[in-house]
Amino acid sequence: MATTVETADGQRTKSVKFVELDDVTIRFAGDSGDGMQLTGTQFTSTTAQVGNDLSTFPDYPSEIRAPSGTLYGVSGFQIHFSSRSIHTPGDRFDTLVAMNPAALKVNLKLLHEGGNIIVNTDSFDAKNLKLAKYDENPLDDDSLKGYKVFPVPITSLTTRALEDLDLSTKEMQRSKNFFALGLLYWMYNRPMDPTLEWIKEKFGKNELVMKANEKALKAGYNFGNITETFTVRYNVRSAELPPGKYRNVTGNEATSLGMVAATMKAKLPGFLGSYPITPASEILQELSRLKKYNFRTFQAEDEIAGICTAIGASYGGSLAFTTTSGPGMALKTEAIGLALMVELPLVIVDVQRGGPSTGLPTKTEQSDLYQAILGRNGEAPVPVLAACSPANCFYAAFEAARIALKYMTPVILLTDGYIANGTEPWMLPHADDLPDISVPFADDPENFKPYLRDDHLSRPWAVPGMEGFEHRIGGLEKQHVTGNVSHDPANHQFMVEMRAKKVAGIADDIPVQTVFGPNEGDLAVVGWGGTYGAIRTAVERLQAEGKSVAHVHVKYLNPFPKNLGTILRRYKKLLIPELNLGQLAYILRATYRVESTTFSKVQGLPFTPMEIEDKANEILKNHVGARG
Amino acid sequence: MSNEEKQAPVQDQIKTFTAKDLASDQDVRWCPGCGDYSMLSQLQRALPEAGVRKENIAIVAGIGCSSRFPYYMSTYGFHGIHGRAVAIASGLKSAHRELSVWVATGDGDCLSIGGNHFIHALRRNIDINIMMFNNRIYALTKGQYSPTSDHGQKTKTSPQGVVDHPFNPVIIALGAEGTFVARSMDRDPKHLKEMMLRMHQHKGTSYIDVLQNCVIFNDGVYDLYTNKETRPDNTIYLEHGKPLVFGKERDKGLRLDGLRPQVVSLSDYSENDLLVHDEKSKELAFILAHMNDQPGFPMPLGVFLDIERTVYEDELQAQIDRAIGQKGGSDLESLLHGGQTWEIEENGGN
Repeated sequence: MATTVETADGQRTKSVKFVELDDVTIRFAGDSGDGMQLTGTQFTSTTAQVGNDLSTFPDYPSEIRAPSGTLYGVSGFQIHFSSRSIHTPGDRFDTLVAMNPAALKVNLKLLHEGGNIIVNTDSFDAKNLKLAKYDENPLDDDSLKGYKVFPVPITSLTTRALEDLDLSTKEMQRSKNFFALGLLYWMYNRPMDPTLEWIKEKFGKNELVMKANEKALKAGYNFGNITETFTVRYNVRSAELPPGKYRNVTGNEATSLGMVAATMKAKLPGFLGSYPITPASEILQELSRLKKYNFRTFQAEDEIAGICTAIGASYGGSLAFTTTSGPGMALKTEAIGLALMVELPLVIVDVQRGGPSTGLPTKTEQSDLYQAILGRNGEAPVPVLAACSPANCFYAAFEAARIALKYMTPVILLTDGYIANGTEPWMLPHADDLPDISVPFADDPENFKPYLRDDHLSRPWAVPGMEGFEHRIGGLEKQHVTGNVSHDPANHQFMVEMRAKKVAGIADDIPVQTVFGPNEGDLAVVGWGGTYGAIRTAVERLQAEGKSVAHVHVKYLNPFPKNLGTILRRYKKLLIPELNLGQLAYILRATYRVESTTFSKVQGLPFTPMEIEDKANEILKNHVGARG
Repeated sequence: MSNEEKQAPVQDQIKTFTAKDLASDQDVRWCPGCGDYSMLSQLQRALPEAGVRKENIAIVAGIGCSSRFPYYMSTYGFHGIHGRAVAIASGLKSAHRELSVWVATGDGDCLSIGGNHFIHALRRNIDINIMMFNNRIYALTKGQYSPTSDHGQKTKTSPQGVVDHPFNPVIIALGAEGTFVARSMDRDPKHLKEMMLRMHQHKGTSYIDVLQNCVIFNDGVYDLYTNKETRPDNTIYLEHGKPLVFGKERDKGLRLDGLRPQVVSLSDYSENDLLVHDEKSKELAFILAHMNDQPGFPMPLGVFLDIERTVYEDELQAQIDRAIGQKGGSDLESLLHGGQTWEIEENGGN
């Protein structure tokens, strides 16, 4: 389909072709001060409202404002949207928006051959080229000849569009990301209204800035419409998602909502003790806004106080949480042991990032699995769950709370920077459809014993303030039933085994492991956590080629689902892609004596489906024999 | 009992209880002669007079000799981990405001490993009562120096004498913006109990530095202040609104020379010339707290400071109440379905 529009000079008309696409991936990239995260988020929000399925990946440096123009200061935001159901932010992108030479250089390698590059030519000056370590201007030589390059002087066009506003040049230039956004809205046939509304809401108090952003957005859109540079527009139809109400969520938002939902379904006040840490801080921020759900947030003086205040609140009858990332987990370790010894409900959320030590704060990794399962002094079993996608964080947080309450135990929930910051559309559950997870407090003071166990080996919960239930708990070994301090050798053995049995017994109370694909066959790709989307996409592609490949995604990591061992033995080969050096593989080998191939990636980046697909094909070819 | 019932305010008469009722069934295992016994019995005596429900009392402790305290009380008790009692108590009180929360901690637990939680609780002014048993030694680990051990003191880990400069705990409490800061001694049970009742009455964090003798590893460290003979000339009791007089014959007093305190003889000065104690003065509190850093000055005992400031958990509760009162539902459905949403119809697309 082609339409004609009048061009800028008003003399001629240009022909615009509409191309229907199923699937598009765009990467916005610029300096960390260029507002690329905002541009990406707005594009995402509009795309969600258009009804596409989508997945996003913000990729930014740990410096707030890295020196401008540098390669390490490049901030990127990738969005994959589709008319079909998708699971990842995409392998490679179709369109790259490069606000400066560094952004071009860093991102070019992942652009599809023949892909679109929209460059802000204003920033391709000698200084920026040098900072990006370009000897020649790539716009002038033939290094980009395999791509469709659209040179746009975004900065100067923005300032020209805003020249009648009483703003300095520098202030005008700040709106250039909205110009880029408008241009992309035109290119991908998205409405401007959602962003115009957002601008009004966000900048309403500063009319000048509001106007500048509105004008820049429209100028970008019109630039696409009327200049001859652009002659193709793309359309991606709404996806056929299951009917229902949707919203786009990040993993951290979903985790926060899951926490609030759990407290309400447990009929308990909520409490979060936490210390800000990347990439978990958004949960503390989000929950600080949700006080009207009777949820208290306590920004503690350090990680240890974060968990210890939560333990105190739990002792006081709240459903308590603490949130952190790897280094904070390490600091909380001793207190997790205390929580399991005093047998109080508590959920510890670890939004994993690149480690060890400070590592890669803004980059993703899955290397805290050992820490979660094994990282404490003494025999200290703790249930461990992992969320597998942004929206899944909601259910994982809710489930972690259910287990914590029912079994009077700390529970660790692992998410990671990739799903915590990434987004996807979430089909909203109804509050009434979520189960009641409330547990009764102790109710018989005459026969109350703090360490008397029920049929699932849980002890009764009695909260200070309840008359007749006064008792003492603590980190010293407890005597069975009475809870008095005991150094008796036999009692210690009994209690150590009791705590292990209690946690192991949770296997009877969680769903059995499911399999995507054949129940037996050549290869199972086994994953956990945030690798879900990449593995699922790769396995779907392999299955479409007729290959005997299944996807087994483990959400309960301690204890494992009861049938997991049986499932794993039904495949000739197991491939375990992990953003670590093989932690799940190690634990599965120790638990079930199964051999597997680890596919390790520790680059601070998530897997792409293509990487997993290639690896799976390699195994199928070399070890199973080519079939199908 | 349902969760709703537990949180409902109870209006009936407070059941009375005695000191005896507060003793648990566990044998007290402190060394014979330990100053901790005095702390235990005075708290057991003070609480029945405090007008608090027994079931609302919670004792939280860290690690150390003093931290076994909760096991010896028949109230709710939580024996935490080293240094973290104040953090646990902060969470407990923030989440459950009706409780009377007492922290039993030592100089190592509170000022060394737990120093961070201590200063931040004071800054926040959470309404908890921190009793610091200050024996100036690590006793449970058998005799290493603590952050309040004297410079030069010989201990197992300082055979040639402690090189560290000691903390003055009262100065730290004042510096961290504590709103109630006091000092007492295990050997003055009457005063100790009086101070405990004052702590209970104070709204906000109450801190007391209790000079407590360790009979095994630091015996006699406070003899100068506790021996009948030397005590009157080496201690001074701070009483609000009263001139600062001390001495066996009550013949000595304190006056200010500029900003410096001075010990004067009442044969040279009258009581009218003396410094009058003012618990509301932060400036005076600092002067008095620093005073016995220098030789020749008595050890001040009593309340250094008792001022009012917003209490953390009350302000947090007020924010919650305000938020609940705001328009828009506070039900789960509206939370989940709020924000930017869109509808996908039955036949796909929207």
